[in-house]
Amino acid sequence: MEKLIKATKPFKFYTRLHLSELTGRKASNLKQLVDIMRTMPESSIYHHTHRFLQQHQYLSPEPPNDFAYWVTSVLGEEKLGERLASIDTVQFTTIQELQNKIISTIETYIKSNAKAAIRYAHENEEFHFMKSVSFILPTQYAATDLVEFAGILKKVGIDSIYFHIFEARLRLGKKTNDFSNWIETSLGNKELASKILKLDPYTYTLEDLRKTLIRIIEKSLKR
Amino acid sequence: MTRIDQYAPIVGQAVIDDLRLLAERLKGKKIQHINSTAVGGGVAEILNRMVPLFQELGVETRWDVIKGGEKFFEVTKKFHNALHGKEEKIEASDFVTFMENGQSNIDEMDIHGDIVFVHDPQPIMLVNNKSNNKWIWRCHVDVSQPNEIVWKFLYDFIVKYDSAVFSAPEFAQSLPIRQFLISPSIDPLSDKNKELPQNVIDNVLKKYGIDPDRPIVTQISRFDRLKDPIGVIEAYLNVKKYTDCQLVLAGGGAADDPEGVSVYEECKEKAAKDKDIHVLLLAQNDIEINALQWASTVIVQKSIKEGFGLTVAEALWKGKPVVASHVGGIPLQIAHKYSGLLCNSVEGAAFAIKQLLNNPEYAQKLGKNGKEHIWNNFLITRHLKDYMLLFFSLYNREDVIYL
Repeated sequence: MEKLIKATKPFKFYTRLHLSELTGRKASNLKQLVDIMRTMPESSIYHHTHRFLQQHQYLSPEPPNDFAYWVTSVLGEEKLGERLASIDTVQFTTIQELQNKIISTIETYIKSNAKAAIRYAHENEEFHFMKSVSFILPTQYAATDLVEFAGILKKVGIDSIYFHIFEARLRLGKKTNDFSNWIETSLGNKELASKILKLDPYTYTLEDLRKTLIRIIEKSLKR
Repeated sequence: MTRIDQYAPIVGQAVIDDLRLLAERLKGKKIQHINSTAVGGGVAEILNRMVPLFQELGVETRWDVIKGGEKFFEVTKKFHNALHGKEEKIEASDFVTFMENGQSNIDEMDIHGDIVFVHDPQPIMLVNNKSNNKWIWRCHVDVSQPNEIVWKFLYDFIVKYDSAVFSAPEFAQSLPIRQFLISPSIDPLSDKNKELPQNVIDNVLKKYGIDPDRPIVTQISRFDRLKDPIGVIEAYLNVKKYTDCQLVLAGGGAADDPEGVSVYEECKEKAAKDKDIHVLLLAQNDIEINALQWASTVIVQKSIKEGFGLTVAEALWKGKPVVASHVGGIPLQIAHKYSGLLCNSVEGAAFAIKQLLNNPEYAQKLGKNGKEHIWNNFLITRHLKDYMLLFFSLYNREDVIYL
């Protein structure tokens, strides 16, 4: 086993709690959905593409974003729903890019399925646009090496892991997740940093993501 | 062990740690909740549990109740029904009664909160007393299709608040103030939801003459037309043609609901011919309600309108299969065919009840998924957290806030 490397800067764990804000705007068909989506702030697109991660920490049959769910279950447009559900969120480094991708996916579909644009949702089944308001605060935990880091990952709240993996990268525009960034810059372990960066976190439940991170780090400690 | 720490084995220590972190940052702020009844109904029930927990966390919280006579509560019940979209004849004199009562509460009530948290329409006028403190209007009612006259009347008060809170996305309105989505919650440690010894459950069944060896279909709710108890009896009669079962309709009354007695009498009359229908008026007896839920084979919530439907969360928390209407906050709690069955009619409810009675394994799976969903989203600890975040939002308008 290699000598344990001490970090040049400790990793401070933060957590992120959120509130859902209602915008009062709703869409009844695909055209309205796209038109309103264009006017929505990034916090709304973020809400509708990330809410499921925290609300369904177990695998549910719902597609992993609200747009895909509504298009499939309310409008019955399963093909479009599948396209929206399979947008590779991890590829995007800004919400604006993700928003553009969702809009272009729907527009392309409407072009070849003209009737789909005017298929209406039943009353009370409209798409209600919301926003996510994030509150970020420090936890009591900080790590100076990988052993401490793995130990904290086992007990820190799931919202903290969510914050450092998802929110820091996409919403705060850091382009990488906080864990990979610290492991590379403060511990100099590029290989481990890259392994964590390569994970597609959107395909795990948060508890499974926690277990996977711990496993990868503990494996690297044994080498 | 403090009261708040007792939740750690259920929700995890990290959740309790987060609550303490938030509470620390609210030290020095006085929160004042105001509603219209100290007992009965979901609002009083939540506040009864929540206020002591906030106090224990160190957030100075007080709960006051407005005054109102019979005439005032008849008017507010009419408003309540009208907001739910039910046809109601609203007279000019009703608004006068509402305004007079509101004014006397403004004159009498001591407003001392840095944050004043007003629940539902009854105390809404108090906002006329707003100074430089913050005011929140918490709407627990399904206002997806409100009566326009009543909504317009309330609107002039609502816009004076700093923020409004609704229980389901479809209740959102076009308003010039911020609106938040916060679902209500259940308390897993309350008498209504804690696990009960089998002998307590057996004794309750014995007391009311319910046979523990035959399937029990139950709806727990106030005797209120919007909960459609008559529709539940009709659905049961439809099921009974094919599958043997008993029906329990049980609930208390709320001090601010004058209609309860007449709806109860209608149910008794409709049930008179079938000895397997048990219509039980249980005045605030949480242990008995809890026992009836645990003893049930299927739980129904066939509301016509529903602010949220906490009885659904209570049933799912007990791992029970639920059949409930696709209204209000219920679809937030039940994903159809995954964590329960949704219905839109008496016939649909009957069909779903039959499916569950005849397929116990399927029913069990729905109940298990439902319990997990409640654990994740609808326990009181999540509600405490949301309310504290809401308080911070009153002082910050950004979408990302560093505390």
